[in-house]
Amino acid sequence: MKALLRLGSNRIIRGILLVLAAWYGLHFAVDSNIVPSPHNTLVALFKLVNSGLLLHMLYSLYRITAAVSIAILAGVPLGLWTGLSKRADSILSPVIYILYPVPKAAMLPVLMLLLGLGDLSKIMLIITIIVFQILIAVRDGVREIPGDLRMSVKSLGLSRGQTYIHLVLPAILPKLISALRTCVGISFSILFFAENFATSYGIGYFIMNSWTMVNYTDMFAGITALSLMGIVLFLLIDKAEHKLCPWVFLNESKQVTGY
Amino acid sequence: MIDIEGLYFNYDNEAVLKGLDLHIDARSTCAIIGPSGCGKTTLLYCLAGLLKPSGGRVLINGEEVKGIRRKTGVILQTNGLLPWKRAWGNTALGMKARGCDKAEIQKRVSDALKELDMLSHKDKFPAQLSGGQRQRVAIARTLVTEPDLLLLDEATAALDAITKEHLQNLLLRIYYQYPITMVLVTHNIEEAVFLGQSIVIMGEGRIRHRIENPCFGDKDIRSKPEFYSICAEVRKRLAEGGVL
Repeated sequence: MKALLRLGSNRIIRGILLVLAAWYGLHFAVDSNIVPSPHNTLVALFKLVNSGLLLHMLYSLYRITAAVSIAILAGVPLGLWTGLSKRADSILSPVIYILYPVPKAAMLPVLMLLLGLGDLSKIMLIITIIVFQILIAVRDGVREIPGDLRMSVKSLGLSRGQTYIHLVLPAILPKLISALRTCVGISFSILFFAENFATSYGIGYFIMNSWTMVNYTDMFAGITALSLMGIVLFLLIDKAEHKLCPWVFLNESKQVTGY
Repeated sequence: MIDIEGLYFNYDNEAVLKGLDLHIDARSTCAIIGPSGCGKTTLLYCLAGLLKPSGGRVLINGEEVKGIRRKTGVILQTNGLLPWKRAWGNTALGMKARGCDKAEIQKRVSDALKELDMLSHKDKFPAQLSGGQRQRVAIARTLVTEPDLLLLDEATAALDAITKEHLQNLLLRIYYQYPITMVLVTHNIEEAVFLGQSIVIMGEGRIRHRIENPCFGDKDIRSKPEFYSICAEVRKRLAEGGVL
């Protein structure tokens, strides 16, 4: 009983239980094979994992990881440059504001024509969307560094490189991780769309293929697999945040008072 | 020895310092007092090399200040501690910037934190320390760099009355213990009288008055009538300068 209570107090488990309850509710309310029951879906999921679904998941994971990594590699330096240099800001910010709201999903056909039908066009589509999130988060993170911290570091005689290591990078890290969370969510949405074109691997392809085959249980198994991938990635980001930014989780109300 | 000669500083074409002259002896303390906006923090930043004067010059031991000086330590009102570094990491930062070796950093940081009674808090982040403790870490961070000039910008302003007095006593002890010149900016008359061998009254970017403090160095001075008579004189001078 104690173990069950402990399990119930875990917020991830609690979330899963709530989703399952809502799913069961919908299943009984619709009363059609369009919404299969969670238990039938989970059984199908376990069977499918051993017969190809894992490969679809790995393909999707590869595309997301590649896109997010490249977006970080491009977005962080550009964000730092825009945040630290007024000249760079005056050049880049107007470009960002023009390109950011453009519906990049509509560019997939163009990207496919330019970069081919393979993974590159799909990865590039995700990058074109999430790189702005990262760039803006880093730029704002740099701008929000308090003036007294800048002065303090300057007075200690830190070099330019040391200022990046000890001041700028730690200051932007919480914002970058927060942006990363948003980027992963967006990446999944856009990947689902991109994997419906010119590929036969990927979780998006698997879901839509199951739908066209009128196999709703497999379709839901694919959606569940997609959710599980999302949960794992979010947990990894949470873990990284706790490890890399421990000061963010300090409870200010527990501060020591007095001399 | 500090010599400030005809110092001007403009912020967006508005003159903050207007031809300021000041001499401060080596191994002495000088408290600069004045109302908000009179230019005292700007003066301190020019002394620290953090701001470049629009005119005039600052000489420390005969050498013109043209940037950050390695032997100058600065303590800000907001302590300037990096929130992501523990007390130890914050204290060691200045030494790392100077390329000191690991063993030397280990020894000096440990000694400074012990001296300021902060060694048991070395693994805490600034958010886990009280205001007074944060300022002590900021002092330790400056002391490990072995400065000959210590600049304090309203270092006790954000603290409660008791903590403020503890910190003022600590600063006096540090002054006697280390071979330093101390220049502090404050808007607190009692603090200026307790810590200033010379008390310089500023108003509108200029030095209005200078009072030599005969009571300086007596840590029990706060309970003596002389203390209040000097406080009264400072208050009177501030009023004469039209700044009160």
